[in-house]
Amino acid sequence: MIQTFSWDHVIFLLRGATWTLSLSIISFLVGGAVALLLAPLRVLGPSPVRASISGYVQIVQATPLLIVVFLAFYGLSFLNIHLPPLFAAGISLSIYSSAFLIEIWRGCIQAIGRPQWEAGDALALSLVQQLRYIILPQAFRIAIPPTVGFMVQVVKNTSVVALIGFVELTRAGQLLNNITFQPFAVFLTVAAIYFCVCFPLSLTSKYLSWRINVAHR
Amino acid sequence: MSPIVELKRISKSYGAVKVFEGISLSVKPGEVVAVIGRSGSGKSTMLRCINGLERIQGGEIHVAGHCIKPETKNLQELRLDVGMVFQSYALFPHLTVRENITLAPRVVKKLRSEEADAVAASVLKSVGLIEKIDAYPDSLSGGQQQRVAIARALAMKPKVMLFDEVTSALDPELTGEVLKVMEELAAAGMTMILVTHEMRFAENIADTTVFMHKGKIWEEGASNELFTNPKTPELRGFIQA
Ligand SMILES: Nc1ncnc2c1ncn2[C@@H]1O[C@H](COP(=O)(O)OP(=O)(O)OP(=O)(O)O)[C@@H](O)[C@H]1O
Ligand SMILES: [Mg+2]
Repeated sequence: MIQTFSWDHVIFLLRGATWTLSLSIISFLVGGAVALLLAPLRVLGPSPVRASISGYVQIVQATPLLIVVFLAFYGLSFLNIHLPPLFAAGISLSIYSSAFLIEIWRGCIQAIGRPQWEAGDALALSLVQQLRYIILPQAFRIAIPPTVGFMVQVVKNTSVVALIGFVELTRAGQLLNNITFQPFAVFLTVAAIYFCVCFPLSLTSKYLSWRINVAHR
Repeated sequence: MSPIVELKRISKSYGAVKVFEGISLSVKPGEVVAVIGRSGSGKSTMLRCINGLERIQGGEIHVAGHCIKPETKNLQELRLDVGMVFQSYALFPHLTVRENITLAPRVVKKLRSEEADAVAASVLKSVGLIEKIDAYPDSLSGGQQQRVAIARALAMKPKVMLFDEVTSALDPELTGEVLKVMEELAAAGMTMILVTHEMRFAENIADTTVFMHKGKIWEEGASNELFTNPKTPELRGFIQA
């Protein structure tokens, strides 16, 4: 039976959106934690460690996200490891995010010039202390815009998990369209919800950068 | 008096490129040594070997009871006793003047923050910048930034101070304030090794001047003697230039 697009349907979409949001947050937190550990090692670790991290980044970046998702979901079930869709989706998005965040943050760490390290050396700070007190705080400031830019990409890219049957925002829209046949109403609403998630992120980025600049100048 | 800094036939190369070989130098406590020479003669490199910013390939360095050899890894103890000031100031831009100065005393020497603040106030007074204690580096002039950098090094209570062309990045009208601070430090008895292009300062303030040329210590002696009576044609040419 064909239904008319109604308020109830918007609620249905919003429920999908909470999954989009949760997945984005999970992948950012898990991927971010991994990257926070690996990005400094990528810059400072012994060369085998640097090479392995670099290899990991290259491989993940060269693999379409959808394939990572399929591998986590179907590939592992083939090995008799059955992950629930939420888990498979969370893991693959986290892997994806970690690789890109490692690369973004590596650049930010490397943007802090050698004199800053040497000043730390000359003051007898250990490597970890130099990172903690001198390098990372400065890298953090320049990392905000590209990091948030990437988060916006992640929010939108969560839609690929629809293909393992996960009903997030895009999939919810698709389902609705199938029963309402009102693609414009449905997908414009979907787009509007994406915008409502992503736009505040960009605003937050601008605000944070502004605040840091005000506080430090 | 036994030397506080002693370079024993140290050599340094970058890959196949030799910067210097077999350099020896001895500095007594309280002595001020100026290092002069043409660009690329290895002055900075020699200075940076003294606190282990550059690894040496041969020889050894003794500083205030510590020893650096080519294989030495742990440099922290030595660096606690050696302060260094760079041409580019290298202040930490995200920290206030106070935080720049107290960082190492707090995290390396584990001073409580009141103690560290007291040290910061005292070293800032000695460079005449106590009123800038809460400023950020980029609100200061170059001369002020360099004085903060000197204060930051002094806050660790070093036994030896290294200066690498600390006035070279400054506008000419700002060099005076920095040189004055260094002169006061010398008068207070600090052992100092400074790479400089300020010939007048080297002649008047340094006890000893070392002329580096082609990766060697070409000529060395009491500053007044060396400047008025250079022995080698290379030094004569350099002073006249
Ligand atoms: N990281 C490096 N890699 C390779 N060569 C280097 C490096 N650092 C310095 N050199 C070389 O070592 C030599 C000595 O350099 P150094 O910076 O010590 O000279 P300097 O006397 O301080 O010169 P300046 O007056 O220009 O500061 C130069 O020939 C320089 O090109
Ligand atoms: Mg130099």
